Amino acid sequence: MTLAIDIRHRLGSFLLDAHFKASSGLIALFGRSGSGKSSIVNVIAGLIRPDEGRVVIDGVPLVDTARGVFVPPHRRRIGYVFQEGRLFPHLTVRQNLLYGHWFTPPAQRSDGFEGVLDLLGIEGLLERRPGRLSGGEKQRVAIGRALLANPRLLLMDEPLAALDEARKAEILPYIERLREQSRVPIVYVSHSMAEVVRLASSIVLLADGKVAAAGAVSEVMHRLDLFPLTGQGEAGAVVEAVVERHDEHFGLTELRSRGGVWRLPRLNADVGTRLRLRVRARDVMLARSAPADVSALNVLPGVVADMRAGDGPVVDIRLDCNGDALVARLTRYSVERLGLALGAPVHALVKSVALDRRSMSGPFQNATGADAEADEA
Amino acid sequence: MCCGTLLGRFVAGVRSEQLRVRLSAMDWMALSPEEWTAVKLSLRVAVVATLFSLPFGIAIAMALARGRIWGQSLLNGLVLMPLILPPVVTGYLLLIVFGRKGPVGAFLADHFGIVFSFRWTGAALACGVMSFPLLVRAIRLSIEAVDARLEQAASTLGANRAWVFLTVTLPLIAPGIIAGMILCFAKAMGEFGATITFVSNIPGETQTLPSAIYTFTQVPGGDAGALRLTLVSVVISMLALLASELMARSASRRLDIE
Repeated sequence: MTLAIDIRHRLGSFLLDAHFKASSGLIALFGRSGSGKSSIVNVIAGLIRPDEGRVVIDGVPLVDTARGVFVPPHRRRIGYVFQEGRLFPHLTVRQNLLYGHWFTPPAQRSDGFEGVLDLLGIEGLLERRPGRLSGGEKQRVAIGRALLANPRLLLMDEPLAALDEARKAEILPYIERLREQSRVPIVYVSHSMAEVVRLASSIVLLADGKVAAAGAVSEVMHRLDLFPLTGQGEAGAVVEAVVERHDEHFGLTELRSRGGVWRLPRLNADVGTRLRLRVRARDVMLARSAPADVSALNVLPGVVADMRAGDGPVVDIRLDCNGDALVARLTRYSVERLGLALGAPVHALVKSVALDRRSMSGPFQNATGADAEADEA
Repeated sequence: MCCGTLLGRFVAGVRSEQLRVRLSAMDWMALSPEEWTAVKLSLRVAVVATLFSLPFGIAIAMALARGRIWGQSLLNGLVLMPLILPPVVTGYLLLIVFGRKGPVGAFLADHFGIVFSFRWTGAALACGVMSFPLLVRAIRLSIEAVDARLEQAASTLGANRAWVFLTVTLPLIAPGIIAGMILCFAKAMGEFGATITFVSNIPGETQTLPSAIYTFTQVPGGDAGALRLTLVSVVISMLALLASELMARSASRRLDIE
């Protein structure tokens, strides 16, 4: 699947001017609220008719204002999971699930009813009405309903935003399974960095209705210039690593990335599993020489690759650790004291317990997924 | 009066003074054939008026609630007009337009053989026009209460506009439609001014319940008849209200509204 978007649309004083291409996997549309994420998925679904531009899937135009093409939503075969579920209150869960199936031409119908029930764990809910479901159950049924219409693309507009942390944790594994097991590409809208790092193969970063960056998650995440857009507190790098062994005695798991070995509190993942580690800039310390007698378990050698002064007394520093990018946030005082400059060799220190487990993803088969590209606008 | 005489004979055989009083009260309550005719005619007129108004009512309520059509406020004003105009004026306008010599009336009579003037069909038309605003208003309010985002969800699942309406909108507004129909029916049962102006007061043809009550009040000794029909009116109205209440409750239970 390839998805090409090139649209301009005015909503009051807000101008959406988005231009990107993406292909299979899970594509995250990331940005602050009001950056135009939801408007873009509504344009893809056909719920908004853009003032100008084109939306093309696999070479077939869904919208082309220059040629007067506008395929109505019900003919697009694009599944949509809304933030609030939007289940039909007058139908049972089973009828909700089969609603789209019923409108799909027989030749294009999926016969995966049982499979979808199994994938989402909703067998037990079939005869209930949406009013009697919990928030997490509603969202799982909504995902199933969209899948059973056998879409060629699945849109998910902040499907977890209305849920509390426990419900989010309940649904995330289902979305991971969906990404791995179904062949349907997903466009996933989110303003949560943890969700994006955990789920996305590629990312499109939006700011004020425009595409600020697009590409593989690990490439976009460590760009220092984008930190103001991704959120300062959450700034950090994404490292792809493989589970190497478990240390049952100390309750640790060892992972290997290009930059070196990572030790984390015991993870529930098999040896050989590919994972993403999100290392926040504020959790990384730097040392000029290899430190001895230090408690931090993760010490990776690298060189300073980029420096950027942020607001006030902080400086963001990107390191190149044998191909892995890490970002550290230090004070200007520390930078001067250590005499850090581009090319300076350093050691990065990360406490094991500081690593963000919430964004730790499950098995990632196509972890690189570097297939979103930002066209120069 | 045959029922009355039968009852009288039966009553004569009964000793209990109390019972006799009660039964003679029932005797007083028995309707004459003319009164029955008026009641049955009114029911028929109200049912026909309600059923024929319904599709137009739903269409216009949809247009007013959802459409962005030119002249929407004009349409709204036109629909609400009978509520504000004196009923005599509405009846007279109907007479001018739908009368035997009126532009629409003459056309319908010549081409389709449908005649309104001085027929029960005319009474149904007058009742339908007069109760239309109530029907449209009830349905319109329920359409506006439907979450349009559910309809969007249905369209992303492959349903075109007609199917969205039939499978999502219509079931969700069913309670409003029922409420509107019952209001419409009750209003049609009681319509007087426009009906009597348009189709007069012909016993057996256009003399509905209110016209019959009015006639009774105009003749000496008509009090008993007027009172009997008044009671019938009250009972039918109460039943209609009860029915609407019950249906609204079962509908909301079915929808499982939290």
